Amino acid sequence: MAMSREEIFENVRETLVDALAVEPDEVTEDATLTGDLGAESIDFLDIVFRLEKSFNIKIPRGELFPDDLLNNPEYVENGKFTSQGLERIKGAMPHADFTDFENDPDVNKMTDLFTVKTLINYIESKVA
Amino acid sequence: MRWIWIDKFLEFESGKRAVAIKNLTLAEEHLHDHFPGYPVMPPCLIIEGMAQTAGILVGEVRDFQEKVILAKVKRATFDGIARPGQQLRYEADVESITDQGATTTGKVLVDGEPMGVIDLMFSHIDHNVSGLDFPEENFVFTEEFKSLLRTYHAAR
Repeated sequence: MAMSREEIFENVRETLVDALAVEPDEVTEDATLTGDLGAESIDFLDIVFRLEKSFNIKIPRGELFPDDLLNNPEYVENGKFTSQGLERIKGAMPHADFTDFENDPDVNKMTDLFTVKTLINYIESKVA
Repeated sequence: MRWIWIDKFLEFESGKRAVAIKNLTLAEEHLHDHFPGYPVMPPCLIIEGMAQTAGILVGEVRDFQEKVILAKVKRATFDGIARPGQQLRYEADVESITDQGATTTGKVLVDGEPMGVIDLMFSHIDHNVSGLDFPEENFVFTEEFKSLLRTYHAAR
């Protein structure tokens, strides 16, 4: 039976509480993993492992958190995503909300795309 | 000197499980400082012993070609202490392993009695998500280290 969005959210919340040692009420849909929940780069790998186990799914490398974009000069120029790069990342992350990012595609703001909602959307697409 | 905190493997099942032991002795200098008059094995070094047991287990899966680095101590809880004359037993199990890294779960026993739980995460650092470059030479599993593993029969 397919999981409801609420059930997915609860599982994601539990995963992030364990992985990042945050309080459950800090894990809101809009919270960013890096900015609000204090995730470091190594935590992203931990989160992937935990989500795979918790939801019994396989998360191929780069599918949830694309990792091959920043070093490509066609995609990033002067610290900003090019229009080509923006198209690429939007294609790679259909589960993320690009409303704010499109206005200022600064690479330093890329981590803002990784919100709790992004995780829930991704998991929802995997368990559907 | 090589930083080695296990004496011997008792079991080694490739990609699955490893069991190693460490005998504690007063010949170890650090025990005289931790603590003067009351020597106990520092828990951080017990974690290191588990990291070596589990790290070798993870490294062997890819024939020691990856640089396996301890990335995160997911959980470490201790219910007791370990003192000179006693034997630590590290039981490590692979939970998951991918191109980027691995997670392991582990139990620590002292003289056969459960003493703690240590769950770890390792990174294959050449595949790190930040795209950082590291030296080509495998500074984790050096030739010297691999020859030691062969004497343990942990490596081919």
